[in-house]
Parts: sequence; C-alpha cells; structure tokens
Amino acid sequence: MTAVESAPAARAKGRPEISDRGRSERRLGLLLSAPAVVVMLLVTAYPLVNAVYLSLFSYRLTAPDDKRFVGLGNYATALTDPLFWQDVLTTFAVTLVTVAIELVIGFGFALVMHKVVFGKRTVRTAILLPYGIVTVISAFAWRFAFDLDSGFVNHWFGLGDYAWFSGRWSSLTVIILSEIWKTTPFVSLLLLAGLAQVPGELSEAATVDGATAWQRLRRVTIPNMKAAIMVAVLFRTLDAWRIFDNVFVMTKGQQNTETLSFLTYRQTITRTAIGLGDAVGVLLFLSVVLIAAVFIKGFRVDLSQVRGDR
Amino acid sequence: MERTRKRYRGPARHARGAVALALLASGLAACGGSGGTPTLRWYINPDDGGQAKLAASCSAASGGRYKIETSVLPTDATQQREQLVRRLAAKDGGLDIMSLDPVFVPEAADAGFLRPFPASEAGQFTQGVFPAAVQSSTWKGRLVAAPFWANTQILWYRKSVAQKAGVNPNAPDFTWDKMIDAALRTNTTVGVQGNKYEGYMVWVNALVESAGGHVMTQVEKGSDASIDIDSPAGKAAATIISKLARSKAASPSLSTDDEEKARSLLNGSRGGFMVNWGYIWRAENGDAKDGVIDKSIPGDLGWAPYPGVNAGQKGKPPFGGIELGIGNFGKYKDTLAVDAVKCITSAENQKKYMIDSGNPAARPEVFSDPEVVKEFPMAGLIRDSIDAAAPRPLTPYYTDVSGAIQSRWHPPASVNPDTTPHKTDVFIHQVLRDQALL
Repeated sequence: MTAVESAPAARAKGRPEISDRGRSERRLGLLLSAPAVVVMLLVTAYPLVNAVYLSLFSYRLTAPDDKRFVGLGNYATALTDPLFWQDVLTTFAVTLVTVAIELVIGFGFALVMHKVVFGKRTVRTAILLPYGIVTVISAFAWRFAFDLDSGFVNHWFGLGDYAWFSGRWSSLTVIILSEIWKTTPFVSLLLLAGLAQVPGELSEAATVDGATAWQRLRRVTIPNMKAAIMVAVLFRTLDAWRIFDNVFVMTKGQQNTETLSFLTYRQTITRTAIGLGDAVGVLLFLSVVLIAAVFIKGFRVDLSQVRGDR
Repeated sequence: MERTRKRYRGPARHARGAVALALLASGLAACGGSGGTPTLRWYINPDDGGQAKLAASCSAASGGRYKIETSVLPTDATQQREQLVRRLAAKDGGLDIMSLDPVFVPEAADAGFLRPFPASEAGQFTQGVFPAAVQSSTWKGRLVAAPFWANTQILWYRKSVAQKAGVNPNAPDFTWDKMIDAALRTNTTVGVQGNKYEGYMVWVNALVESAGGHVMTQVEKGSDASIDIDSPAGKAAATIISKLARSKAASPSLSTDDEEKARSLLNGSRGGFMVNWGYIWRAENGDAKDGVIDKSIPGDLGWAPYPGVNAGQKGKPPFGGIELGIGNFGKYKDTLAVDAVKCITSAENQKKYMIDSGNPAARPEVFSDPEVVKEFPMAGLIRDSIDAAAPRPLTPYYTDVSGAIQSRWHPPASVNPDTTPHKTDVFIHQVLRDQALL
C-alpha cells in the first residue's frame, strides 16, 4: 500500500514547482506513513533477507547437521528443472485465462451496478457476495459440486461418471471457474470506481453528436477509465499469479495442476528442504516484482489514479 | 482500560475491550492451569475418540500422578507429519507424546526429535509385539518409539462376484493377474488407492515387496542409500499397475481414489474386489445399519490374504499403524511420559482400543481374545497378514522417496513397465541430493 501513497510524489512528467506548503505537506505525509513503513520492514524485509540467505544452502530442517553452502546451486537446480517450468506454465495459464475472463465479466457487472436504477443495493450486494466468501470455503464448494460422489454438475449436464479431477486441463478448468466466480466481484468493484470517474458530460456530448451506445463505450468510456482498468488488471494478475488455496483444496497439486506458490510450499513445508524451497520462493518473489515493474513502467499505470486525484 | 472507555464510548470500543479482556483471561488461565497435576500433551491422529478414552483411563489409573490431554492432528498422514516436524524443529516442550505413522519414525529419530528408550525400558515395548512394528520403531539399533497399534491391508471382495467369476480369492495361488481377469470377466472392478498420496505409495511398495524386491536398502546411509526399484520386482509391480489402470476393471476415478472412494466403488453396482485396511468391516456394518448402503452387502463381503504378484509366491501386505514417540524436549520425557506410554500400550489397553476403534493391536496375543474374535471374524487373517507384512522403506528421507515415487508413478495409467522403474531410480537419487525439485 505504501506504493499507492507515495506515487504522486514520484510523478515524473510535467512536475510543477513545489510550494512551501506542498513541501511541508509532503514532510507530514512521510512522517505519518513512517510507522507503517517500519512495521512493513520488520515483517516483510527480515523474512525476505533471511529467505535469500537460506536459499544459498543445501539445508533440511530434519537434518540440521548436514547444512552446507551451495551458492547459487539451488537456483540452478530450480531453473533447469522441468517441474519448475511446468508450474510456471500452469500458473501462467491460470493467470491469463482468469484475468481475461474476469475483466470482461467484471466490466459487465460494473456497468450493471453503475446503470441500475432500482434495487441498487440489492444488485450490488448480489454481485459482490462471492467475494465475501473465504476462498477455502468456495474451493470446497466447487470441489464437491464437481466431485463424482457428491457432485451435481455431472448430473445436471448428463456427463455420467466423467472424473473432472482426473485430468490436468479439466481440473484446471474447475480451478479457473472457481477463481473467476470468487474474484470477478473484486474486478467489477475496481472498474465501478473507474466508471464513476468518467464525466457524464462526455457521454452526453457524444450522444448529441450521434454516437451509438457501442461507440460511446469504446471511444469515450473505456479510454477515460484506462487507468482503473490497468490497476484492476495489475492487482488481479499479481493475485492470480500467487494462487494457492483453490489448488490446495481441489487437487492438492495433482494431475500437474501445481502452481508456483504450491511448489514453494511443498519444498519448504512438506519436504522441509528449506534451501531449495527458499530459492523457489525467491524466484516467485522476483517474478511478482517483474510483473509489477512491467505494468508500472511498461504500461505506465499510475496507481494514484485509482483514487481519482488527477 | 477505564480511561479508554470514558473517552471513547461506542459499541465497537466496548466489543474490542471485551475481546481484549477475554484474551487476557484465557492467557492467564493457560498459565495458571498447571498448578496441581502435571499435564502431558498427547498429539493424536484423528480416530473415533478411542485415544481420548485411553488418555482418560490412563490418567485415572495414574492415581493423580499425571493427566493426559489430547490434541488432534490433521486427517492426512503427510499433514500430521508436517505439523509434528514444525513443532519439533522448534523444540516444542509442550509435545510430550505423539502418535506417529511408522514411516516417519526414522526421520524424527535421526533429527533427534524422539527420546530413545534405554535397553532397560525397551523390553516391555517389544516383547510379544509384531516384528514389523518393532522394526518400524527402531532406528540405528535403538528403540525410539513404542508400538501402539498395527495395521495391514487384506483383500475384500463380493462373494457373489467371486462365485460368478469362478475364482477362490483364498486360494494360495490367487494373484493380481487372476483378480484383474476375474473382474474383467464379470464386468466388475478392482478397487485400489490410486490418488497421488501416501496410500498410492502403500500399494506400489506392497507390489514391489510381494514380487520379492525392495524400493530401497541400506537406509542407514541416509541420502546415499541404495535405490533398488529398477529391478525385476519393480518391473513386475509396474506391469500390474499399468494392466489394471488401462483396463475396464479400474475405477473410473482411479487416479483420485483413496480408501473411502475404493470402498464406495465396492459397494456400487460394479463392485467386485478391493485391497483395503481392516477398518472396512466396521465401516460397512455401520453403513448397512444406518441405511447408507444396502443391508445385504455385509453378508456378501468376503476377505482373503493380500494377493501375490507371482504364482507360488505369497503376497506381502502393507504395514501401517501407529507408534508412540516421546518428544525429546518435554519436561517429563524421562519420567511421567514413559509411564503414560507404558499404560497406553499395555496389552489390555490395546485390546480395548481395538474393540473401541477397530484398529488392530500391535500384540498378536490380543487377536485370540474371544471378545476380539467376536467383533472381528477375520481377526486371525489380520494377525497373520500383519505378521507377513513388509514395511515401507525405513529412511529419514521417507517423504522424498515416497514423493518421488508418487511423482513418477502417477497417474497409474501412465506407468510403463519398461521405463517407469528406471526413471524413478534416477529421480530418487537426484531428489535426495537436492538436484531436482519434487
């Protein structure tokens, strides 16, 4: 969250001359956020540095005496292992499909929430409901729905004894469906905020000029809420990239449905191979940083825009 | 607290204050509770309350010297280990006794997590106990856990199906091949545990052992142990798995089947044969009584020894159960915890636990007890099966070995007798040396 708060100060282009008042306001801002930064450093920086340090060793929790320094060996093992790349592919597929579908459905929901005339609160509550459910619970619900014994999905669609969780892509389909069901409301909420920022006059002016509804959406609304869309995509991409709970509950990573977070979990917690696991964890962290950097630098996402202070 | 309340009057503040007070009170209670009787904490695997009952009766029998409190671990053996290892690696002094799956004993012992039993104490835990249970509780020549109960799988089948197929599963030459063919002839199934979990490793290991081989030997060498799965026995095991998995006799959800899924397969319209643990008898009778399954099923249920791989060579059933370990960091590890373990593992309590929970005792003498025989008509078969059972590799790297096999042998339909055992051999070596992810 600190990134969001400090972004206006870092805005590069067309920076106006800072007044004395502006300077003292900025100082106050830094002062006010300092305690949060200190806490963040304590709870995130220390484990991070420790993980980087441990990733340089071949080290098992259950064989502490055999700890030995291997340098970047663990990284070489991870990066040359087909399992790592298979998990990268799985994670990438899940991220790409969920974010793309959520963006489309979420935009539709945002429009409905924005335009709805009566029963506004009911409609918004209904749309946001899945987001209020704990992921583990929703994952169990979806797992049982598609299960051979307790499920109703096969019965509804006449699929007989089709075992959803016995194949890689069919398992991933259920995981992705559950993920979409659960987090589309989040995307629609961010997009709703963006929609609310588009000045009504623009749309009205376009109507007067004879633009159709589709043209207004494409040429007026979407360009004006580009910032909100990019923020929604960035947040959801980072979120989806770290997916863990749905996979853990539904397949436990079987049928090659393991994701990067799951790989880290299994090396570190299950195998207690701390060194190798931390190396994978650090790689996961670096990939998250890379995604964030690409979005912020590459697509010039200005996080301050999500607050509406342009 | 008073001043805060005066300054901010609002429901939220009150609620927060109440929560804080409650937390404080519970914290104090936790600190002050140990005033009288010393408390031993026993981490148990979930059962139907049998271990909690033993804890209560042993507490009572101690005459106020100690009180055993139980904490339940997760259902899945792998996750039980995860939690225990995390606590023990952090030197948790509040872990006095633990119910350990036999395969995790070497790892815990090698890391110094378990308090070994000196020779003076060991005798009473090992005399008159199944050899596989003692072997599984021993690490580098020292007894590090006390056998509590022992488990094994037998072959369960529908008598009507066996009759229709014209086979006798109790015949000494009944093999996996004959069983799969019998299921195919009658359009029924052979239920096994094919999910990617420990249960699948149980099956693979039992097949390799039944074929006269081992997954690995010289386990005391740790990561340099000899990996022996690339052998004729490994190939024989792979042949059976791939034959079943690719045939109509396999469960439609074989690659995700666990013990309970296999049981519901046996109860279904295509139920025929199944290898599974001894709890089946209780579970089937309970379900029939509750109307969950047809009332006629328990009467049609037959049992036989674990099938062999080669004709003329008896099958070696899997070995399971629970051993009791004493945490090496507890306050009472040399005194009260030892007494408590003695009480829990006595022949009398093992019999009580067997009747209570359906889990077989670790002492053969219990199986000839008239009460036990009345409850479990197949008690004799279970005793002989545990006696013949072969443990899974007793190595401190068990999780890695099991995980590597699951990774290369799953899904069952992908197993290729010509390549899988060799690939597994190479992979286990790499995993043990941190040269591959698992």
